Formats: sequence, C-alpha cells, structure tokens
Amino acid sequence: MENQTQLLKVKNVKKHFPVKGGVFQRPKSFVKAVNGVDLTVFEGETLGIVGESGCGKSTLGRLVIGLEKLTEGMIDFGGESIGGLPDRQLKKYKKNLQMIFQDPFASLNPRQKIGDALEEVFIIHSKLNKSECKTKVKSLLKEVGLKEEHYDRYPHEFSGGQRQRVGIARALALNPSLIVCDEAVSALDVSVQAQIIKLLKSLQAKYNLTYLFISHDLGVVRHMSDRVLVMYLGAQVELGHSNQIYNNPLHPYTRALLSAIPRPNPKHKRERIKLEGDLPSASDYPTGCPFHTRCPIAQDHCAQVVPEWREIEENHFVACHEV
Amino acid sequence: MSTVAETENNNVEKKNNSRLAEIAKSLVKNKLSVFGLVIIALILLTAIFTPLITDYGPYEQNLENTKLGIGSEGHMLGTDNYGRDVWSRIAHGAGISLLVGLSSVGFGLIGGIILGLLAGYYRKLDGIVMRIVDLLFAFPGILLAMLVIAMLGTSLVNVVIAISIWSIPGCARIVRGSVLSIKRQEYILAMKTVGASDWRILFKHILPNCTAPLIVYGTMRMATAILSTSALSYLGLGAQPPTAEWGAMIAAGQDFMWEAPHLAVIPGIAIMLTVFSFNVVGDGVRDALDPNMDLNN
Repeated sequence: MENQTQLLKVKNVKKHFPVKGGVFQRPKSFVKAVNGVDLTVFEGETLGIVGESGCGKSTLGRLVIGLEKLTEGMIDFGGESIGGLPDRQLKKYKKNLQMIFQDPFASLNPRQKIGDALEEVFIIHSKLNKSECKTKVKSLLKEVGLKEEHYDRYPHEFSGGQRQRVGIARALALNPSLIVCDEAVSALDVSVQAQIIKLLKSLQAKYNLTYLFISHDLGVVRHMSDRVLVMYLGAQVELGHSNQIYNNPLHPYTRALLSAIPRPNPKHKRERIKLEGDLPSASDYPTGCPFHTRCPIAQDHCAQVVPEWREIEENHFVACHEV
Repeated sequence: MSTVAETENNNVEKKNNSRLAEIAKSLVKNKLSVFGLVIIALILLTAIFTPLITDYGPYEQNLENTKLGIGSEGHMLGTDNYGRDVWSRIAHGAGISLLVGLSSVGFGLIGGIILGLLAGYYRKLDGIVMRIVDLLFAFPGILLAMLVIAMLGTSLVNVVIAISIWSIPGCARIVRGSVLSIKRQEYILAMKTVGASDWRILFKHILPNCTAPLIVYGTMRMATAILSTSALSYLGLGAQPPTAEWGAMIAAGQDFMWEAPHLAVIPGIAIMLTVFSFNVVGDGVRDALDPNMDLNN
C-alpha cells in the first residue's frame, strides 16, 4: 500500500447543512452530514464506502468532485488542494474527477439525444470540431458496450442498464483519473448489475482508473473494492482491506451491518446483531462516539470522549474505545 | 459486449412516436379544441390574406352607403356610419388582435422566463425576484394595464407594453416552480460535474424541460391578451379611432345600437370567437399534457 501513489487525500472534511428558520431565514441548527473524515485514496484502487442511508456517504462523494462546498477541512487531489476552490478554477480539475449517478432514468436529459449529450462534454472541455467529436463519441459508445447507431437515440429508448452505460461513457469521456460511483448499480436489477460491474472492472484495468464506490449493498462493495470504509452518521468508523473488514470486523457497527447480509444457505445459522433504537438525527449530533446511543458494548466514557482513529492491525483502522 | 447491449435492447419497448405527436393525437381527440384550432386557423388566414379577401380598404369611406345592413350587395357584413365596409374592418382587426396578442404574450414570456430562471436557479435572487412578482400580482391585471397606459399615454404599443408586464408574474412563477424541481435532477448535477457553465445548464438543459406548462400558459394568455386589448380600446385607452380594432369598433358602434346593431355586435362576436378558441385550445393542450400521461415518453 505504501509504495502506491496517493491520488486523493481528504483531511478532516466536514459538511454541515444549515437548517434555516424564523422570519429572517437565519440558520437555526446544522445537519452534520459529513463530520470529520480523513482518507487517502491510492491510484488504481477501488475504495468502497458503505453505511446506511443518511450516513453521509453520498455527500462525501459530492464533496470530492466539488458538487458541494466544504464547510471545513482539506481535499488534495494529485498533490494540489482543490477543496473550496471557486467553480471557475475547479473546471480544470473536473476533467479528472467524474461521477456515475445512481438513477439511470434521471441522469440523462430526456430532451437530448445521447450522442449530443456525450458530445456536449467535449464541447465544454475541448476545441474539437463537430466531426471529431462525433468520432470520439462513437468510439466511447463502443467502449461501454453500446453501438454506434445508438448515437441518435433518446434516453427513453434505452433500458436501465443501457442508460447506465451512457452515464459511464459520459464519466469516461474526459479521461478522468478518479470516478465516484454513487450507488451506480443500486437501481439496476441483479443480472444487469453484474454486467455493469464487469464493465467497470474492465475499464478500471484498461485505464488505471480509481473508483470511490459508494453503495449500501455490502455484497456488491465486497466484490468491487480493494479497501472498504464504513461510515456512520457522517463519521468514519472503520477502514481496512476488504478481507479484513468482511472477515474480521472490529467496530460493533460494522459487525451489526455485516450480520445483516443475507446468507445463501438458510441452514447456516449465525448470530444476528440487532441494533436498538433509531439512527440519531444528524442535526442533533450525539456527543462522544456518534454510535454510543445504539452500541451494544458502549461504556460510560463513550458518551463523552470522541474515539481516536487507531490502526489496530496493518492498514486496518477503527474508531472505537472498546476494540 | 455488443451482445449484452442487444439483449437489453430487446427488453425495451419500441417507442417511435415522438412526444409531440402524442400530444397532438390526444389534442385531436378533444372535439372542442379541434373546433378552436380550426377557428384560430381561419382567423390567422384572414389576418394574413386580408387584402386578398376584402374588396375595400378598412378606412375607405363611402358616405352614400352608410349603415347598410348585413347581406347588402357588395358589403357582406354591411357598412358603418361612415360607409366603411365592416367585413374589411373586421378582417383588418384580426391582424391587429393577433399581432398585439402574440407580441404582448411573447414579451411577457421572455420577461417571465428570465425572471423565473434566475429566481429558481439562484437562491440568493429568489427572495427579491419573487417579492417583485408578488407585488405585480397584487394589482388586478386590467388596473395594472390602465396604470401603465396612464403613465405612457394611450396607444396600441403601450397596450402591448402594459399586457406584457401583466403577463410576466404568472410566467415567472411557472418557470420558477419548474426550475426548482428540474435543477435537483441528476442530469443537471451530471452537467455540473462535467464542468458546464450555469448559462449552458439554464438554457440548454433546464428551459427545454419546462416548455410544457409554458405552452399552456401562453395559449391561455393569448385569450386574455386579446380580450384585454379590446377592453382597453373600448375604454379609449388602447387603439384610437379610426383604427379598425375590434374593441374600438364596438365603442364606435354602440352609438347606433338601435339603428344598426351589427356595428357593435359583429366585432363583439369576433372577439368572443377568438377568445373562446384560444381558451378551448389552451384547455385541450393542458389536458393533453396531463400528468396522468407519461411525460417522459
């Protein structure tokens, strides 16, 4: 791991959304969507990010590609700080940072032919003429497993899987080094999921892409990822190699999460860890360890002291007092 | 890979009908809107070919043949108190009404679209723009138009300006609402991630996706605009005599209500037919764009 180049460095990143109220729309409180994440992503790897809905995994992805502005912290990309840059300066980095969206039905403009949609990416970033753009788009279509004649079709003429391929083509168009896949396969049915995952993997091998693979589907993340980050309520709770996380989960939240994966063999009984209570509101953030309100092994000090981010075994980090 | 795409392709129902064709189809099913469309087409043809279908100029006086009744020889709709041919004046008035209606709705839409896009897309502008719009809404429309004309003077151009201003707030609200829902769509976020400018996103991606409610608004607005133009002219605030404007013609004809009722009634019927047609077509378009219909297809 150490001999690999660091591509993306996220340092103590926070994103707090104001909740406005009153006559003058002053911020009354803040929703702490992402609350202090430190992360290094290496070139060519896939980092899976898992957690239940509302844990801030999508917000983290959007912060990385600059769709949301940081409240606090630093984002370094390829050795340069890009967090908090104004849009104009961010444009040259945007070529390298792309995103594949969740809903293939909502991520394409229904009024635009897909050929035009893909061409637009080149029009924004390069000075290619119309026919050069068209050639590029057609080779791009083939790259993602579509055909040249799909150029003149509208999004509604495609299936979900095909649309997602168009989304991948759009993300791929500018030769990015990092692609954030925000629930990229969650909206697809299982057989199509497998095809898209295969496509993502083959593209990664071909172009040395780095993926931030955000998903709530633990099985898919395990299949895709080299390393996995587990998030809970805007905070990182555990990070490690995919094998370490899935075979030897340390944090009580990770254990509970993994015990919820359905097993193919119904006779294979195992302990199901059930969490008590609801996910606390991100606008009323718990003190100390964010997980202490539901943690089965919480002690008194968990409610007061924020747990340190510790390396338990090689490259396996966890934020828990009791591990 | 191509085989994969092929199998997926088979799952997609072939939908060759464009959306526009589908709207047209359901519009045609509505008998009343078809009637409206035919009337509008006739009025439009009359306006375009006025010199070809009339034998007299709209201002051509013939004091020997005043106040001829309907069906008189050479004057199918009779003549007025100056012996002017009523049919020529009605046909001429069709052009004026359509022109005033189209231009005032057009300018109103342009103003409303710009304000609506700004208010919907930039949260900081939302408050101030929408308060201005609320202010305009607070006045009854015809009063607002009279206020503008009182400031600018009576003329048909000022009527256009007045009705344009009056059309802006409604359009701005419609556009703002659409922008608010569209700008959260993933395809807009996707355009942001590839580095598209706000300008490109607003006019290339958001505006084309809020045309449906604008078409309905525009059609309905045409009816109001034409009616208001006539109303203002009738009150002496718009077109001035001897202009062959329908409202002004009613005002001039009402003095002869007993001896020659057709002088007031015929322009009245013309206004009514036009306004009615635009309204039923507007209704039809709205029904055709009903949310029950799958808008994405």
